[in-house]
Amino acid sequence: MFDRRLIENFDWGFLIVILLICSAGLVILYSAVSAGYDGQGVHYLFKKQGMWMGAGFTIMMASLVIDFRELDKLNLLIYTICVGLLVAIYLFGQVGGGSRRWLVIGFVRMQPSELMKIALVISLASVYSTSACQEGLGFRNLIKPAILCLIPFGLIVNQPDLGTGLLLLLIAGSITVFVKVEKKVFFTLTALGLSIVPLVWFVGLKAYQKDRILTFLDPDRDPLGAGYHIIQSKIAIGSGMLTGKGFLKGTQNALSFLPEQHTDFILSVLAEEWGLAGCSLLLILYFILLFWGLNIAYSCRNMFGSILAFGITAMIFWQIFINVGMVMGLMPVVGVPLPLVSYGGSSVVTNMVGFGILLNISMRKFTTN
Amino acid sequence: MRGLNKKPDREWIKQRLMLASLCIVMVFAMLLLRLVYLQLIKGEEYRRLSETNCVRLKSIKSSRGVIYDRNQMLLVDNRPAFDLNIVLEDAHPVEETVERLAALIDVSKQELMESIRKEGDAAFYKPVTLKRDISRDQLAIVEAHKFDLPGIHIDIEPTRHYIHEKTAAHLLGYLGEINRNELESDRYPNVRSGDSIGRYGIEKSFEPFLQGKRGGRQVEVDVNGRVIKVLKTVEPVSGNDLHLALDLELQKAAEQLLLGNDGAVVAIDPSNGDVLVMASTPSFDQNDFIGGISNKKWKALMADPGKPMTNKAIQAEYPPASTYKVLTAMAALEERVIDRRTTSFCPGYYTFGKRRYQCWNKHGHGEINVVDAIAQSCDVFFYQAGEKTGVDALAQYATGSGFGRSTQIKLDHERRGLIPTSSWKKKRYKEAWQAGETLSISIGQGFNLVTPLQMAVFIAAVGNGGTLYRPRIVTSIEESNGNIVKSVEPEIIGGLPASKETLALLQKGLLKVVHGERGTARRIQVKGVNIAGKTGTAQVFSRKAGEKFDNEKLIRTLRDHAWFVCYAPAEAPTIAISVIIEHGEHGSSTAAPIASALIQKYLKLEPPVEPTVEPPMEPALGTSVETQ
Repeated sequence: MFDRRLIENFDWGFLIVILLICSAGLVILYSAVSAGYDGQGVHYLFKKQGMWMGAGFTIMMASLVIDFRELDKLNLLIYTICVGLLVAIYLFGQVGGGSRRWLVIGFVRMQPSELMKIALVISLASVYSTSACQEGLGFRNLIKPAILCLIPFGLIVNQPDLGTGLLLLLIAGSITVFVKVEKKVFFTLTALGLSIVPLVWFVGLKAYQKDRILTFLDPDRDPLGAGYHIIQSKIAIGSGMLTGKGFLKGTQNALSFLPEQHTDFILSVLAEEWGLAGCSLLLILYFILLFWGLNIAYSCRNMFGSILAFGITAMIFWQIFINVGMVMGLMPVVGVPLPLVSYGGSSVVTNMVGFGILLNISMRKFTTN
Repeated sequence: MRGLNKKPDREWIKQRLMLASLCIVMVFAMLLLRLVYLQLIKGEEYRRLSETNCVRLKSIKSSRGVIYDRNQMLLVDNRPAFDLNIVLEDAHPVEETVERLAALIDVSKQELMESIRKEGDAAFYKPVTLKRDISRDQLAIVEAHKFDLPGIHIDIEPTRHYIHEKTAAHLLGYLGEINRNELESDRYPNVRSGDSIGRYGIEKSFEPFLQGKRGGRQVEVDVNGRVIKVLKTVEPVSGNDLHLALDLELQKAAEQLLLGNDGAVVAIDPSNGDVLVMASTPSFDQNDFIGGISNKKWKALMADPGKPMTNKAIQAEYPPASTYKVLTAMAALEERVIDRRTTSFCPGYYTFGKRRYQCWNKHGHGEINVVDAIAQSCDVFFYQAGEKTGVDALAQYATGSGFGRSTQIKLDHERRGLIPTSSWKKKRYKEAWQAGETLSISIGQGFNLVTPLQMAVFIAAVGNGGTLYRPRIVTSIEESNGNIVKSVEPEIIGGLPASKETLALLQKGLLKVVHGERGTARRIQVKGVNIAGKTGTAQVFSRKAGEKFDNEKLIRTLRDHAWFVCYAPAEAPTIAISVIIEHGEHGSSTAAPIASALIQKYLKLEPPVEPTVEPPMEPALGTSVETQ
């Protein structure tokens, strides 16, 4: 079953890029946690992240044994399990930071909304791999994908976790645009979307909900909350200048000015301590990672594999774009972690699973349908 | 589908991927440019800002809405309190600074350090409150030494102030600090840790209106934490003011009259349900709750046998005793088991089955009709009327008159009382209803329980011709500039299940209670106004016939409760009152004079004329005696 050709085809280069980003992530995380927590805490969070990376890496490598085309057959099962987990949150979920998004299984605390991203990508790849055509998809082809997308979206936005919900829509949207839709479909959907927004705004939302969304779009509206975080983040980034203040020498970071410095705002720690040089290096690593992903999508001879590879790459792309944009004050403040760098088990494992799928496709790129 | 569709080939996929690559390149270019802008072009400026670490957040507390009585008298407002805060980052070295401060203001260093520790993971740049509401002396000392105390700030925070200590404390309620669970729920979006929210009474029920919206500023500070520049400000929004139906002067008078007794007084306006008085004794000082009540004071309040933390007007349930005869009469008249001419002969007792049920007047009332039976509170008449009506019909009229259910007053913890039915007893005690029990409930003893507010709403409805109003405590909610946010209109929640003729008979009987020759409350007559009312003496302790007790010698807690309910002027009532004095013994001697004094005050009449002849007093009854 596991023939030698697979090992020969193994994508060492991609693995190295992943490991480089992981190492960079651990270094930055060490800075971030040594400032905000007392001696005991540093090692605890740092070790925990290391363990998550180890676990993620193991899952990633182990998953290579299974041919990725199995995912095509199992897509509905995987999707259903993930939606089931999201529903389970409502029944036994844990509340954290004002929303209900955690599920505890045994000793593991997980966020099912993270896994849902992968499940949705697999399902959409499965649907589109049969319906895609060069002229683009019509309305009828989009009914099933729309349903697949809106169920988890509704559940996640209700948690409430608007950020992850929108991320899900962005990923699904990218895949759909990638497989191409007919022009009239594209314009109709865009027009529909634009007309629904004011309707929801004026009829569906309460004043405080509107307020929350406006702040989400413009953090400056809330100079005492999100706006303050952005200012502090910008000061941290800017003060890094060209070469940074040096490892463990960040002052913004050391004083806990930043609210989520080891999770969502971790890039500001990198920028402060390693400057433009460090940031560019990380961005270049990410850039290579994304192009490698697209290349895997191109070289795969199997339509399902191509769309799947594209979807996973899109998932990584949007996380990077939103997180980096947010930290630099270009984007709304939403809780989207930086892949492989931000602290958080669910995010690390989910991304590792994604990379596992990419490696998998890359190994078996010569297999056709 | 259309047969023309071409399956995607590699060339096509390559095209699509090129498009995607272009997007990635553009996005990364943008991110990189932004980095260059922040780190190179603006880098110097941000480096300087980061070195002084000078941007701080200061919160501006909003002031809570104030509360007025019906005559625009201020009941609750806010006073400035001086809070001692510390910004850890500016207070280096923290321990030393705190120690110096502790010595200056004469508090223990441990206490102050504890406040810092409690905040735990709070960021260094955020102020931590060391001590709330310091005295003027402490303030002066800290101000004088402010250059030795880096990072220590005094902030002026509006703090709740209850102007009339202990007055209407149960109605107004009190505040308490918000707890973790409440913070994590979505119910208090504008409240932060350390803020207070309404915990009881109006403060709790109207929390969403009273609560303002917190503001704050971003400021630039110097090395000692002193503000040098305000960067951005969000103004706080004050909470809305409440205008109550309460009459402060009348409330104070009621509390004065209750003083020394445990009990409650409720007065409402029969024409709209306005709650003019809601007094409950003993009371408590709401100011004690500001900034957290001390453990000692709380324990003392909890241990007090008079239950000062209970609003007896709505939270205490009492047997209605003879005041309930009004309802029994109404039910019997409506069910046509009696009419205005029906008489009973009262020899001083009523024999039912093998038992003899006493009338309070052991000499008997003789031949008596419904109006006089109310006026003289004849038990025998109502034993017979109730027996003919039956327990379930009585319960129906009681429920229709607002008993056994919420009055819908906007206060938490209201008790519903209890109106027994035969099926209720079966469910509760697994026993059938005994006919003798119907006799007991007909005179308001037995299982019946009512609250003073329910009694007030009922008697007001009898007086106003049968309309049950929802008790209105707040008449309007306004912004601090006077704009009306919400105006609360009187609300009719039902009508007494009685005809005009029946009500006229009840009103006649009630008038005779005070103004009749043999009325049980004759001695509260007041010149210039006709009062219609009903006395009641609720038995707490059942005694057997033949046993004699000298009430004065009885342990206080075994004495009967005294009731009086009334409305005035009888012809067109503007006030209805319900009074209960726990262990006050006789409604006519302890409860009724309070009501009469309040009526005089409210209607601005001259002091009462003391009657010379003492009317007979009506003791509690309802226990049966075995006949030989």
